[in-house]
Amino acid sequence: MTKKKSGAGVQLGTVLALVVMCVFLAIADKNFYSYSNIMSIFKQTAFNAFLAVGMLLCLITAGIDLSVGANAIFCACLMGALKNAGLTNGIVLMLIAILAGGLMGLINGTLLTRLHLPHPFVSTLGMKNVLWGLALVVTGNQMINNFPDSVTFLGYRTVGGSSPNNGFPVSFIVVMILYIVMHVFLTRTALGRSIYCAGGNIEATRLSGINTANVLTFCYTMSGITAALGGIVSVGRSGICNGSMATYAYDTDAIAACIIGGASFTGGKGTMAGTMVGCLIIAVLRNGFALLSIDSSVQNIVLGLVIILAVFMDVVRAGLEAKNRRMAAAAKQEAEEKVKVAK
Amino acid sequence: MGEYVVELKNVTKRFPGVVALHNMQLAVKPGEIHGLIGENGAGKSTLIKVLTGVHMADEGEIYVHGEKKVFRNPNESAAAGIACVYQELNIEKLLSVTDNIFINKWTRKGFLLDYESMHRKAAEVMQSLGQDIDPRKPAGTFGMGVQQMIEIAKAVLIDAKMIIMDEPTSSLGEKEVKQLMATCRELKARGVGILFVSHKLEELFELCDRVTVIRDGEYIETRDIQDWTNDSLIASMVGRTLDNLFPKEFGTKGECMLKVENLSIGGVLRNVSFEAYGGQVLGLSGLVGAGRTETVRAIFGADPIDGGKICIKGQEVRIKSPKQAIEAGIALLTEDRKGQGLVLAQTIRTNLILSSFKRHSTGIFLDEKKIEESGQGHIQSLRIKTPSIDEIVGQLSGGNQQKVVIGKWINNDADIYIFDEPTRGIDVGAKVEVYNVMNSLVKAGKCVIMISSEMPEILGMSDRVVIMRGGRVMAEVDRDSKHFNQEDIMKAAWGGSLDD
Repeated sequence: MTKKKSGAGVQLGTVLALVVMCVFLAIADKNFYSYSNIMSIFKQTAFNAFLAVGMLLCLITAGIDLSVGANAIFCACLMGALKNAGLTNGIVLMLIAILAGGLMGLINGTLLTRLHLPHPFVSTLGMKNVLWGLALVVTGNQMINNFPDSVTFLGYRTVGGSSPNNGFPVSFIVVMILYIVMHVFLTRTALGRSIYCAGGNIEATRLSGINTANVLTFCYTMSGITAALGGIVSVGRSGICNGSMATYAYDTDAIAACIIGGASFTGGKGTMAGTMVGCLIIAVLRNGFALLSIDSSVQNIVLGLVIILAVFMDVVRAGLEAKNRRMAAAAKQEAEEKVKVAK
Repeated sequence: MGEYVVELKNVTKRFPGVVALHNMQLAVKPGEIHGLIGENGAGKSTLIKVLTGVHMADEGEIYVHGEKKVFRNPNESAAAGIACVYQELNIEKLLSVTDNIFINKWTRKGFLLDYESMHRKAAEVMQSLGQDIDPRKPAGTFGMGVQQMIEIAKAVLIDAKMIIMDEPTSSLGEKEVKQLMATCRELKARGVGILFVSHKLEELFELCDRVTVIRDGEYIETRDIQDWTNDSLIASMVGRTLDNLFPKEFGTKGECMLKVENLSIGGVLRNVSFEAYGGQVLGLSGLVGAGRTETVRAIFGADPIDGGKICIKGQEVRIKSPKQAIEAGIALLTEDRKGQGLVLAQTIRTNLILSSFKRHSTGIFLDEKKIEESGQGHIQSLRIKTPSIDEIVGQLSGGNQQKVVIGKWINNDADIYIFDEPTRGIDVGAKVEVYNVMNSLVKAGKCVIMISSEMPEILGMSDRVVIMRGGRVMAEVDRDSKHFNQEDIMKAAWGGSLDD
């Protein structure tokens, strides 16, 4: 980790951007800091936060998973179809969703590592369309509602409030637990460290005896599982599932959160804490636009610009670091030459 | 007009820390095939790059037809009439032969490209080079010989006065070599000068009018071909005195750690067999492209093999991945440190444990205390110069990076250490430290295999030398054999046989 990061691995600038946005919105609209609005931001963050976990793993390996959004919707639709078929046990429904999501991720990983498809951009883009179609097939093109409470509680229920739905969202509690577990996993276990190494230099990692194919497959499978969790939360939040939502730009939001949080398309970089800040920035931005009743198309424009800005800042930062290193090396060489001359 | 088509006088080229060319001389006559030879690292590549304008000479002059020229970039060299056919061809395989020949020199008819006349011209040029082919077909549909002719056709098309051919026969079959030689003679008859760089002595004798030998970046001598013999060429190439830069220490020869039998990879390795013992350094010598790196990568499971048997400590093993090789007790320090040895964006801490995560874990968690302790130990014993263990490896110097790779493998406690060009691109001080690591490994009874393209290093550090050429083992020489000298090892590496 480089020096300018705090302990958990977040760029200070990113946190600062979040703070500045919050302060600005608090001044612009007094409702921003209301308890219910803050809670609704957390609720809105949860879905993207789940997708971003898997996306981050894939980005660290220098890959990408463009099927996370469609996978989430497919898992939601699968639960809906099974519910309509008479399966009402929430635990079983959720387990099946997670298994299905994981299986789709495993397919993505296998396409990449065993069938040697060139870049996951293409294979996961293909899977996105497959999953979109599957979501429509299992639901028979129908919107499905009336999910059992045991499924919807994850996205809907809150705790500590005066009524079951004005406290702290359960979904965000699960997100926080997942992020802490994943943070420990990425920073403190051998497999976590292998993911960064495979992303930094896959050949050197392979030649060091690490089965990089398995590491990559693991990342895409995890991506499928966290997408399924996102799908479960989406059912709870909206109460419905709808196959046509599989084409929404959920993947881009997840990518944006990771990139804003410090991940890079070239791999080897990215942290859970940074990704959390990235997710919050996107949620606050969307929330702020809604409060200020700015058109949703403008939201998209600004969000796009924020992503570009985040990547640009990263490039500038890398350039500055490289320049500083060159200057330091030159100064050192000069000093050494002076010593030689003096001798 | 001068006597020479291209003449180099006292050209010097420095890179940070090394003088790649020093007072280099070269003079090629029109209508002459001029051979250029030297050992690995003698400066052939740099010389070619100075001629083609890739590098600019620091001192000295280049004359083309007696006229002084300065080449600031490859375009200026091409404009002066110097063309080069590189060993790695620059062919766009999916584009047609015509497109390849006319790249950046397209003929236009109004705003559009005039393919009709370009195809006609391309067919003509290729025909004049003995290739009766349809230039509309993609270049990739033809074999290496034709692809090379496309490169030569490019040179002919710009009316090159001199064509440099860098190892032109290395990827050609016998028939294609004959064709190439015929083309060279044809170009010679047209008055073009050819600089023919080759590792194959017999080709030089068959084709060249004169041959220039260079060594350690310096011009040695030029003679007419009839004044050279095999032995005099080799003596001229290696004729340096050996400084004792090598702190060689001897271990006790132990059991046979690694036995390789008939290792084969189609078109790359042909029945490679050798043995390596504990307590010894086995040197793998040969020219670049002799198959040394391929051999050790095959042993390490990095590339699949087509046949052969590998035994470790007398037991046959089937290694299919680097992971299995490491479990079998092999460590491979790769030739390409940055591309295959290190994760440059990661810290020293992480790179040191890259091949030994298990040893540095308690349960499922990495044991940072253990990692820190062993890491600090390596930093001290290998003298890695760094502000801290958390420094990004990409920011270290080449020598220190190499020490990190060595530390990584020492962490594995392997039995067989394979070092592929371990001292390439690192400074003298760091080299000695690498040699000291090898010394301590053999003294601990480990088996060390060292690939090196530097003859003094091979002679200085090896207990035994295996010499390869063209994917085959040519000879095996013990340290106490009468053949354990530069001339004989070089002779074997260039295809000669050693009598007993």
